[in-house]
Amino acid sequence: MKLDRRSFIKLMAMNSAATAAATLFPGVSFGAWSTTEMASGGILWKKTPCRFCGTGCSLLVGVSGDRAVAVKGDPNCTVNKGLCCVKGYHSIQILYGKDRIQKALVRKNGKMVEVPVAEALDLVARKMQETIQVHGKDAVAMYGSGQWSITDGYVASKLFKGCIGTNNVEANARLCMASAVTGCITTFGLDEPMGCYEDIEKADVFVTWGNNMAEMHPVLFSRMLATRKNRTHVKIIDFATRTTRSSLAADRSILFRPQTDLAVANAICYEIIRNGWVNWDFVNKHVSFHKGKTNIGYGTEDHFKFKDKAETVDFNALKLFLKDYTPENVEKISGVPAKDIKYLAALYGDPDKKVTSFWTMGMNQHTRGTWINNLVYNIHLLTGKISSPGNSPFSLTGQPSACGTVREVGTLTHKLPHGVVMNPDHRKMAARIWDVPVENIDPKPTYHTVEMFRALDRGDIRFMWIQVTNPMVTMPNLRRYRDGAEKEGRFVVVSEIYPTPTSDIADVILPSALWIEREGFFGNSERRTQHNEQIVPMPGETVSNTWQIMEVARKMGFEKQFPWSEETYIEDIWNEYIQFHDSPKHRMAPFKVLKERSGVQWPYVNGMETKWRYNAKYDPACKQKDFDFYGKKDHRAWIWLRPYEPPAESPDSEYPFWLNTGRVLEHWHTGSMTRRVPILHKAMPESYVEINPDDAARMGITNGSDVKISSRRGSLVMKAMINGRGNPPRGMVFVPFFDEKYLINEVTLDAFCPISKQPDYKKCAVKLERA
Amino acid sequence: MPVFSYLAYPEQGAKEQLLKDLSELRYCEITPAQNEELLILLTDTPDEDSEKQLQKKLKALDSLQSLGMAFGHMDD
Ligand code: SF4
Repeated sequence: MKLDRRSFIKLMAMNSAATAAATLFPGVSFGAWSTTEMASGGILWKKTPCRFCGTGCSLLVGVSGDRAVAVKGDPNCTVNKGLCCVKGYHSIQILYGKDRIQKALVRKNGKMVEVPVAEALDLVARKMQETIQVHGKDAVAMYGSGQWSITDGYVASKLFKGCIGTNNVEANARLCMASAVTGCITTFGLDEPMGCYEDIEKADVFVTWGNNMAEMHPVLFSRMLATRKNRTHVKIIDFATRTTRSSLAADRSILFRPQTDLAVANAICYEIIRNGWVNWDFVNKHVSFHKGKTNIGYGTEDHFKFKDKAETVDFNALKLFLKDYTPENVEKISGVPAKDIKYLAALYGDPDKKVTSFWTMGMNQHTRGTWINNLVYNIHLLTGKISSPGNSPFSLTGQPSACGTVREVGTLTHKLPHGVVMNPDHRKMAARIWDVPVENIDPKPTYHTVEMFRALDRGDIRFMWIQVTNPMVTMPNLRRYRDGAEKEGRFVVVSEIYPTPTSDIADVILPSALWIEREGFFGNSERRTQHNEQIVPMPGETVSNTWQIMEVARKMGFEKQFPWSEETYIEDIWNEYIQFHDSPKHRMAPFKVLKERSGVQWPYVNGMETKWRYNAKYDPACKQKDFDFYGKKDHRAWIWLRPYEPPAESPDSEYPFWLNTGRVLEHWHTGSMTRRVPILHKAMPESYVEINPDDAARMGITNGSDVKISSRRGSLVMKAMINGRGNPPRGMVFVPFFDEKYLINEVTLDAFCPISKQPDYKKCAVKLERA
Repeated sequence: MPVFSYLAYPEQGAKEQLLKDLSELRYCEITPAQNEELLILLTDTPDEDSEKQLQKKLKALDSLQSLGMAFGHMDD
């Protein structure tokens, strides 16, 4: 019997691979092998989005009895076409870690003790009410996540902004996507990419700006490699600050000095203009020119404020502005040879080549994150390579629902599900849908994430509820924020699935259900909303985050706003939420359609998904012929004059190295889930510091030896990795942040982009010593 | 224990070499595409340690450019 079952599973495995191959390489033949529909062998397959990155692969989870036992890529989903990566496959094992939090815990006399969930929720509601009474409504805060299901974020926003009346709602996507948002808003007037993953099969050239897709978006990277195999002229250019697995697979790897991507992007525009590669027909009809403030600061001080001011200029002003950005000048700043800058410009400038630019944290976690987003858009706008198949400037999200829950639901201090709190019409709409008095919604944003934790430290915030995220590992300049959260008179609630450094500081821990243990939705990088049903039962006393918030809201007296029953609350909330987006610019698919399909892209109008926005051929919201950038009042996309400005902190004689931080293939963010998956943990058991071999030799550091890394804020000792999977240039080190034993964020700096307020985790100054 | 299937992409012009390299590894079954530079790799290891060893060996293959996973199963 065992043998039969095993043979059967192998047959399914072969079948899945052959199906994926047939989707990626139409007409591929494996000789005698042909894919066949098979009986299920006692395994029931259910679709769900993967919860381990913003790609949004659809998985089929195999369930035997009450247990998830297998995963295959969903061949019906256009995102992954039957593939998944090592994290996706192992995602079901995170359900079964031994130390799963299954009961509520409350701190009593300094010790965490188990209590019934209802008692813990009572305490949360009471504490919030007491805090509001004593310290005012802006003393309570919610800090959520791009791993929140859409309904989690929606009810959090409704409770805090609509009912309590505070804009103290933020999410960890501030740390990963905020610059992409402000980049989109400043250039197009509306958030989220105009293109879609189908651009991958249509482009001739891919330029990846400071990201490592081979490890962070492996399925999309596979699609890029497949495109290059199918169409041999296709080129992949890796433009980055360190050599990674992506660099090795690329046709060209070009390294630049940290922060100087700003200068290189301007030099590419300079070359495009100098060589006459501007698409005048497009520029004249669809683009306008603007400049903003300069020398805008870095936000390292409390209460930092910045507001940009746009001034309209013309093409000649752009040309004049770019005169300092000759490839030769920029070579001196960036270290990129002028000939490589010209090569990049020629790729973008060639009218016969379709170009897609991809980026993630390298451009977004940047003290000029909004600017570098603007500048890459400038390149695509000058050449007219945008909003059409294969021509796409595209910021990929890190988290499964950074788009769906944070950018679309608007779980940031200034946002509402439609629009911003500052706009009276948007407040009116929210008040109507939420059934609250419009005066409840405060027109003033309060704290963005870094400032929110500063406010907790200062005592301006006294109560914080943290759901599905681990800020006591991820906040930059971490020691200040951990010490702040632990001060007397602070009350911290943490909804979690495993113990973390964040649950260590909690006064209440609420046991959360994982994504396939409850019904929910994610929204991926390409505007695709994905539904999953509850696939396995919730263990112990775990509850969904949505239900936790609803219960607390009701206990606080907001029954009218949260009337839904346990049987239908997810569908009911979806039906309320989509009223916010009921226009051809952003209409979402109905619940029934989402239930049936492996994801649906918005705007979803008259039963059709929109693949390329702002292009009249594909986007029903366009009112003009060919292109219509309807997010801006002038119906044009804005080219911005944005200069190169140095980072907040650069290496000097005392701290002579750049510190760059990031992720690795095997681990998801802070590793609280993936480190509990034995295979992933064994494959990458602990963090390390990547050092350039020349630097290591000069300092007598050998592979695996202990190295002390120190900055002006903190230090830690970890093992050296030389010639590992990544290789930084001389003068830079790289540390993955997945390992809570090595809190690298005690070393990083809490400088941020003054427009997006997103911190820069890629650049600060450190020194190294043999330990 | 674990069963996985992958699409295995060879380095430029190294399909035959990759086929040979993979055939020499224990726990691997390979089905080459007839008309594409592509192979299906099916791995069936008896336990986690062998799986880990195999992963190491796969990573060390010069003829292998990358693997795209399509299926995974772990017995309870
Ligand atoms: S690429 Fe991302 S979404 Fe796809 S399986 Fe891997 S972790 Fe999941």
